[in-house]
Amino acid sequence: MTEPGLYHLLTISTIVFFAGIFGFFTRRNLITMLMSIELVLNSVNLNFIAFNKYLFPGKLEGLFFTVFIIAIAAAEAAVAIAIIINLYRTHQSINVEVAEEMKG
Amino acid sequence: MSGSTIIFYLLAAMILVSAIASVTTRQIFRSAIFLLFTLVGFAGIYFWLDYQFVAAVQIVVYVGGIVVLIIFSIFLTQSSGEKLPAPLTRRTVFAALASLMGLVMVIDLLWRHNFVPSSSKKVELPTVSNIGEQMLGIEKHGYALPFEVVSILLLAAMVGCIVIAMRAKNETT
Repeated sequence: MTEPGLYHLLTISTIVFFAGIFGFFTRRNLITMLMSIELVLNSVNLNFIAFNKYLFPGKLEGLFFTVFIIAIAAAEAAVAIAIIINLYRTHQSINVEVAEEMKG
Repeated sequence: MSGSTIIFYLLAAMILVSAIASVTTRQIFRSAIFLLFTLVGFAGIYFWLDYQFVAAVQIVVYVGGIVVLIIFSIFLTQSSGEKLPAPLTRRTVFAALASLMGLVMVIDLLWRHNFVPSSSKKVELPTVSNIGEQMLGIEKHGYALPFEVVSILLLAAMVGCIVIAMRAKNETT
């Protein structure tokens, strides 16, 4: 139990990142895959904030990147959920195997 | 061990446990709730780091927006109480192997790397006035252009959602 610092924050974000990757590989349901993507995006945000806090305290660049990533993630989630609900209306299922028919 | 250290480790434990539970539980609604706890834990870490603005944005956008959207879409598309089918064993094994190998590699590299803090002694606190001045600034380090680009992106996403929802309605009538 040492004093927490940059390395501890980066370790947390790495573990959450790979939990998201694991979920993305194993899940076959579009909503749970979207949740895994949210985990990955959040771990990246924590990285930016940690670097900004511990390595570049004289700048605010990491904070701006985090705010913009949050905005883009919100837009992405809204569009993805619109597509998922549309897919459910036409196919009554939201598995990725069903989404293959969207091709072409 | 100070109180701040204890709070950090509690938040870290909450984030890690609920993130792993969120990707492994078989009930989709529980998965969404565990995701909610993970996001709240991240907001707590931002508060712990004194980045109050980011913590507030995280709570408003993620907890108040995205998780509610996900829960609504679960209600619209899943019959509640039903378990997701178990993933193929082969797929689980290979996904666990791939993510564990990546995890070990990154953590090993991370703890062996020596991060050098910036030599500048200037400290800019992430207060709302500092953030606002730089975000809407048009000087050298201003973020006015990305701000406008993101606003266009949000408008495009909104129009896109409406178009996607409208088209299905026209097809059914």
